[in-house]
Amino acid sequence: MSDFLKIQGLEARIDADGTPKEILKGIDLEIPKGEIHAIMGPNGSGKSTLSYVLSGREDYEVTGGSATFKGEDLLALEPEERAALGVFLAFQSPVELPGVNNANFLRTAVNAVRRARDEEELDAVAFLKAVRAETKRLSMSDEMLKRAVNVGFSGGEKKRNEVLQMRLLQPSFAILDETDSGLDIDALRIVADGVNSLRGPDFSALVITHHQRLLDYIVPDRVHVMAKGKIIYSGGPEVAKTLEKQGYTQFLEAAA
Amino acid sequence: MSVETTVQTSPGLEAFVGRAAGHGTALAAMGIPTRRAEAWRYTPLRAFADTVWAEAPALSDAQVQALLADLPLPEAGSRVVFANGRKFDVLDSLSESILVSAAEPVDPIEDRFSAVLNAALAQDGLSVRVAAGTDAGMLTLASLTSGDAVSTHLRHRIVLEEGASLTLYDLNAGEGRYVANPRFDIVVGKGARLTHVKLQQDSQTAGHLAIIAASVDAGGNYDSFTLNHGGELARHEVVSTLNAPHAQVHVNGIQIVDGNRLNDLTSMIHHAAPDCGSRQTVKTVLSENGQGVFQGKILVDRIAQKTDGYQMNQALLLSEKAQINSKPELEIYADDVKCSHGATVGALDDEQLFYLRSRGIPEAEARDILVRAFLLDALDLVTDEILRDLLQRSIRA
Ligand SMILES: Nc1ncnc2c1ncn2[C@@H]1O[C@H](COP(=O)(O)OP(=O)(O)OP(=O)(O)O)[C@@H](O)[C@H]1O
Ligand SMILES: [Mg+2]
Repeated sequence: MSDFLKIQGLEARIDADGTPKEILKGIDLEIPKGEIHAIMGPNGSGKSTLSYVLSGREDYEVTGGSATFKGEDLLALEPEERAALGVFLAFQSPVELPGVNNANFLRTAVNAVRRARDEEELDAVAFLKAVRAETKRLSMSDEMLKRAVNVGFSGGEKKRNEVLQMRLLQPSFAILDETDSGLDIDALRIVADGVNSLRGPDFSALVITHHQRLLDYIVPDRVHVMAKGKIIYSGGPEVAKTLEKQGYTQFLEAAA
Repeated sequence: MSVETTVQTSPGLEAFVGRAAGHGTALAAMGIPTRRAEAWRYTPLRAFADTVWAEAPALSDAQVQALLADLPLPEAGSRVVFANGRKFDVLDSLSESILVSAAEPVDPIEDRFSAVLNAALAQDGLSVRVAAGTDAGMLTLASLTSGDAVSTHLRHRIVLEEGASLTLYDLNAGEGRYVANPRFDIVVGKGARLTHVKLQQDSQTAGHLAIIAASVDAGGNYDSFTLNHGGELARHEVVSTLNAPHAQVHVNGIQIVDGNRLNDLTSMIHHAAPDCGSRQTVKTVLSENGQGVFQGKILVDRIAQKTDGYQMNQALLLSEKAQINSKPELEIYADDVKCSHGATVGALDDEQLFYLRSRGIPEAEARDILVRAFLLDALDLVTDEILRDLLQRSIRA
């Protein structure tokens, strides 16, 4: 079996105003090196929670199970250590950072990760060259580099900024949490291309989406259906088409 | 004065009065304020009152050069250095439009301890007059102190004649456990502009009690900014009066308080004429056991119609033990004024912190980025680019 990303019986809860609320109730999931998997599931089923737990957000308490990445105990690492190891999360709702210049932020992140990976830091010129190449590919205006991170960005611009960060940080495992939501048709193609062009033996991804359309552009190796904190069904790309036509009912009933 | 309950006598006070020779009567009568004195409720002078503070001895050339060595100094402009309360040197030739003379006697600022203390003990200081219509550029005033159980009490007088302008960079630094008690009497003439940028990075064990009295004439602007960064107990106190129409006063600042230190920004902005404006943005970052104090009073006389006042003070608490005391105070007697004020206290945002860390940025660096972001709009109020840059680089949050 693959020892790239391996999640076993993962359980997590959150403290909701004093009462613990179980959200993940035993997730089993493996993503081999070089594969792209998709997760679909009703609102509130725990998809974003899974992405946060994998990237190290502290609000969630892991109460059971394990997650290993490249043979390491992922859950024992700090968020920045996970990033250095190659984990990247494109947030469902990217966070605004007033007062933090986007270009400075990107450069700080890129160099932090390069440092941790024993790579040479990029100087201002080299960074600018790298970032310009990526903004061009993503049809982003350079003006967005001068603004505060995500502040006043439109929904679509925020998502593009996430993909820009992903490309600059060169992860080996990216989680894209509804990166397609709020994108127009052209943007969807551009973002999909931004992911597809990373596809290769050293890049895996977990694509969380509600729309089969994205999966026409980023064709997944596997599709998982998540409900109530569990993966209830896994199959090939055709699962997305079935879901699009018939909804979740039959999957939920089969699992019940 | 009948304030027996709020003052105390102490070895410190007796030593000060002794040093003041014939000039200590007001100080003796006032005493060192206790926490029962309203103005000092959050800023206890107890430790300060128990020490016997001696006159700071003259420093050698080498000592002064050593103190100057690591300080953030702009290349441009003129420079005057005071060391242990004495004029040490005028390092660069002063701009021709700056006329330096011996300090003239000035009236005490009634009831304000820092001013009374200074009035009793001041011997030296800078007196600057910028001639009408001239731009005197940048003047760096470096006040250095070194020693233990010593105090300095500089008294400066800055006068800008009609239409004159000056950028004053007021740098405070030193080594040891001392008290620096500088006082400025500032007169900004008609249409004149004084940009007063202060960096207070006195020793971590020092006391710093600064008081500034600024009066601004028609169309004049006293544009001040202080970065309070040092001192075990440090107060920056501004008492400003807008004397004639269209005068402007800015009392902005940043305080960065760590360890067991206390930094205090206290101000009184007195609108005594119509059509004047005042702006105040103060941001305080507190960590460890740091304590911050903001006391900002805006007084608008009945005559001061069409006053436009703005006050904002915000604190960022980085530890659970840190504490901010803020006391905004608006006293308005005119009926046609626009005065807004606001205050916030908050911690770093967990979501923002996680976002940065998820991008590989280590926690300490992520925190630093967010602290600097919090300070950014205050720092942007430093209009002089060179000084803004210099302050920014001296921030160690
Ligand atoms: N901080 C929190 N406090 C309380 N409940 C929370 C918190 N975070 C998540 N939850 C709850 O956990 C459940 C799972 O949320 P999550 O965001 O993971 O769902 P999701 O599958 O990503 O949904 P969507 O498709 O709408 O994005 C929801 O019921 C949500 O309300
Ligand atoms: Mg979600």
